[in-house]
Amino acid sequence: MGRNRVVVYPDWCKGCGICAAFCPKKVFAVGQDGKARVVNEEACVNCGFCEPHCPDFAVLVIPGETDQTPCPSETAQDPADQTAAKEVKP
Amino acid sequence: MAEITQLIHQYLRHNKKFPLVFCPGCGHGIVLGSLVRSVHALGLAKDDVVIVAGIGCSGRIAAYVDFNTVHTTHGRALTVATGIKMANPKLTVIAVMGDGDAFSIGGNHLIHAARRNIGVTALVLNNFIYGMTGGQCSSTTPEGAYSHTCPQGQLESAFDIVELTRAAGAAGVSRGTVYHVKELDALMAEAISRPGFNLVEALTPCFTQYGRGNGFKSAVEMFKWLKSSCLPVERYEKLEDRTGKLPIGTFVRRDVDGLETRWANMRQALAAKKGGAA
Repeated sequence: MGRNRVVVYPDWCKGCGICAAFCPKKVFAVGQDGKARVVNEEACVNCGFCEPHCPDFAVLVIPGETDQTPCPSETAQDPADQTAAKEVKP
Repeated sequence: MAEITQLIHQYLRHNKKFPLVFCPGCGHGIVLGSLVRSVHALGLAKDDVVIVAGIGCSGRIAAYVDFNTVHTTHGRALTVATGIKMANPKLTVIAVMGDGDAFSIGGNHLIHAARRNIGVTALVLNNFIYGMTGGQCSSTTPEGAYSHTCPQGQLESAFDIVELTRAAGAAGVSRGTVYHVKELDALMAEAISRPGFNLVEALTPCFTQYGRGNGFKSAVEMFKWLKSSCLPVERYEKLEDRTGKLPIGTFVRRDVDGLETRWANMRQALAAKKGGAA
């Protein structure tokens, strides 16, 4: 299994610290700027806690199988960008 | 897992101002995500869902989602929802209210909506306090808790939302928390799909107005409190010492027709008597 990509959108994050406090692998930390940062991406096991628990929809975890997927934050600065969403149609 | 966040974006109104208006660590955003996921899981079309919201922090939820939305006056979300459901029973109507909205100013509307069993889902975001208006005590503020209008501690008892709605005769009553998100998703999907009046109480911490005055150091601590004090109702009933514990899960499941169905049946029966078209 490839490495999971973990992304925090700083524009939407308010630094409440829920992801940093409850992540079982301590992937996140709240920085001096009051935003959550990814500090330990390789430890992520894709447990599924952070995404539904982020009150501001600012966390994105891309499972390791999709290693080749360009990360949405690299292709667009706007979290509202739909490029990634188009690939996952229900 | 990335699809969870991407799914939310499909339902948000991106012309609104983001990030959400809520304070850091407020649980309302989590409930909003849960609502979207449960509607999506049921496969409902956006245009068939109506979100009716009252006044308060919870009322802001309606502005962000791309369903049919109505932002009504304080406490009257259920009255508007009742009218919408009676006029067009095909719609899925969800009333999003806060605890003050649903149980203080809108208390009478709520008990009568439950008595009538109108086919509306009431989603009550209970944060034990009036958040938006400045931290006054509400009818669900626990006894002894502090707020701006009871600086010596609340002297009155709090409503038990679940028991009150059960006594009023609702078809379904459940309670979830924003820490137990997966369970909340399931409770909400179940409530939306069951006929009759269904209420889901979502415990969502308000650190700004409630937590700071009641000994919590951060919003994260309030989530930890939810984690340690809420447990499934089956386990709760086996407990000998229940102090400080809260049961979560489904408390009432009744099989009743909604008012709109009974009304349609009455019309059909009358039409059959007359021998003409309804």
